[in-house]
Amino acid sequence: MAALDAPASPALSAPRAPRRPAARGLKLVLAIAVLALAGVASLAIGARPINPETLVQALTAYNPANGDHAVVVSRIPRTLVGLLAGAALGLAGAAMQGVARNPLADPGILGVNSGAALAVVIGIFVFGVTNFTGYIWFAFLGAGAAAVLVYAVASLGRDGATPIKLALAGAALSAGMVSLLNAVLVSSQQTFDTFRFWQVGSVAGRGWDVIVPVLPFLAFGFALTLLTGKVLNSLSLGDDIARGLGQNVTAARALTALGVVVLCGAATAAAGPIAFIGLVIPHVVRAFTGPDYRWILPFSMVLAPVLLLAADILGRVILPPGEVQVGILTAVIGAPVFIWLVRRRKMAEL
Amino acid sequence: MSLGTRPAANAAERADNGAMVLPGRSHLRAQRAVKIGSLAFLILALSAATLLLGRYTVTIPDFFHIVAGADIPGASFIVMENRIPRVLIGILVGGAFGAAGAVFQTMLRNPLASPDIIGISYGASASAVFAIAFLGASGLALSGFAMAGALAVALAIYVISRRGSVAGYRLILVGIGFSAVLQAVVSFLLTRTDINVATDALAWLNGSLNSSNWDRVTVLSMALAVLAPAVVVLSRPLRGLELGDDAAAGLGVNVERSRLALIVTGVLLAAVATAAAGPVAFIAFLSGPIARRLLGGYRPLGTAALVGMVIVLAGDFAGANLIPGVSLPVGVITGVLGAPFLLWLLATANRSGQGG
Repeated sequence: MAALDAPASPALSAPRAPRRPAARGLKLVLAIAVLALAGVASLAIGARPINPETLVQALTAYNPANGDHAVVVSRIPRTLVGLLAGAALGLAGAAMQGVARNPLADPGILGVNSGAALAVVIGIFVFGVTNFTGYIWFAFLGAGAAAVLVYAVASLGRDGATPIKLALAGAALSAGMVSLLNAVLVSSQQTFDTFRFWQVGSVAGRGWDVIVPVLPFLAFGFALTLLTGKVLNSLSLGDDIARGLGQNVTAARALTALGVVVLCGAATAAAGPIAFIGLVIPHVVRAFTGPDYRWILPFSMVLAPVLLLAADILGRVILPPGEVQVGILTAVIGAPVFIWLVRRRKMAEL
Repeated sequence: MSLGTRPAANAAERADNGAMVLPGRSHLRAQRAVKIGSLAFLILALSAATLLLGRYTVTIPDFFHIVAGADIPGASFIVMENRIPRVLIGILVGGAFGAAGAVFQTMLRNPLASPDIIGISYGASASAVFAIAFLGASGLALSGFAMAGALAVALAIYVISRRGSVAGYRLILVGIGFSAVLQAVVSFLLTRTDINVATDALAWLNGSLNSSNWDRVTVLSMALAVLAPAVVVLSRPLRGLELGDDAAAGLGVNVERSRLALIVTGVLLAAVATAAAGPVAFIAFLSGPIARRLLGGYRPLGTAALVGMVIVLAGDFAGANLIPGVSLPVGVITGVLGAPFLLWLLATANRSGQGG
């Protein structure tokens, strides 16, 4: 176990030739183009496919009488939710891996998702909330409380919140909250009936009333977290070196954690618990940015929604006439990546 | 009482305890006897409470008459067909979960490595929910599905985490990956069925002793009759593995083979218990650490089994009688009580620097 405490510092990976920022900037533009393509695909593909001309028409000259146009417009909020939730989860995942110095950190694994889920169930059961707009605040509170609790429990003891203690506390707290959640569900069939559709994590059926309230939080979270790249770089060298570089480690951690919690809370509030996006994307991104968090963060933010939208599109066509929710597909796609990571790395690196 | 007053007499036990030389050993032994005795007494008391009390109270003389064969209308059926199988299943399931958890926790040297965290229980859950939702399975067929699911997932985790040798940490992490997918599968299956079927599935997912009957008692006790001796035999190499792979090899333990045997036994214990009562939350997880706190690592498997029995019986009794008119499954009680205990466990382990 001691070996696991070694920082999984990206800075320790094999030295590479320094990349020119221009090349990376070009790649970022390319990634944004891919994201735009995914967004267009999300508007066009589904139970009722729309051809490109109709799509353009629907966006430029909307005709309410045209059924195809209505379909396109109805897919806009869904696509937007996918975009925002994906960006938030990707960015949060990358920052979380940096701040916990744990390559396996993910809102799902650190218990933030189950905190949100428990709070939503309490909202349904105790306060009779039944719509997605109402879930937002509960999801927020739950995600925040869970993150604070996990961090507090993990940072007890002399050596503070080591990566492994954070992961253990998250996994354990998750298990605890799931059973509290079951206690509520088993005693109220009505709550269960509402909750089971939230629990899978989906962007379907979300409207503007979900998007608008989370926007300010997302904006704050994006701004705060994108600025932490430099801080995460020095944290990745280990607490002692970061301190030696003049970093206030505790404040840096707390600030980044705040951004992560706001992003996760907002994403979960909008789309339900979606696991593994925040885990997988930063690892993919590292392959072409290298260990510099100033690049990992924006790339994760742009590429995570590509995965989320792709999973959502796949879910629409994979099992007709129904849809498979995006949360299911990201788990099915993400878990093999997680397992591959666990297998590939030597334990000392984890 | 110093060691000098008891020369040589303890030689056998000293070897047994890994040569821990402590003053006041016989005092320690008396303490242990008292603690194990109290656990046994608790099991008896809780069994008696479950057998006699409840919505229909049976007097002690009546109980013995019924067991001897007397037919008291109403009471006979409740005692013979309902309460006795319930208590027996509770004891067997508790013991099996407790021992299974302790096997994994001790072998992998990590209190979080119990079957319910590393995905084995989720394998049973996903397979059982599938059987409930799409095949309408119940009773023994459902148990079969649960067991097959647990074994299949355990096998997959073992094969995937095996690379040269099975490193404990990789096993746990691969297990966590599997649980995440299987949880998603369960959530998905629950949205694909009628709410009533989904409610049935949820009841099973919580773990309960409500469907106890003699058939299950027979199947479970036959399975445990095979597994219990295996646990006893394997507790020796387990003690070696607890010290680390290298130390175990130095002590003459065949590390790979013992670990495989322990994994198979632990998985089977958890699987038969899950098949009988569903994945009762936290029993496997909590029994080991509680036993360790009570008895300081003395015979970890046996004491964990006893603690597991106490938890299941107490949880079941509380669930049935705590709130009048509402019968909660045992898994809900153990889950709700287990969660804060778990946090406390983590907090104290971290404070003393053993949380990782």
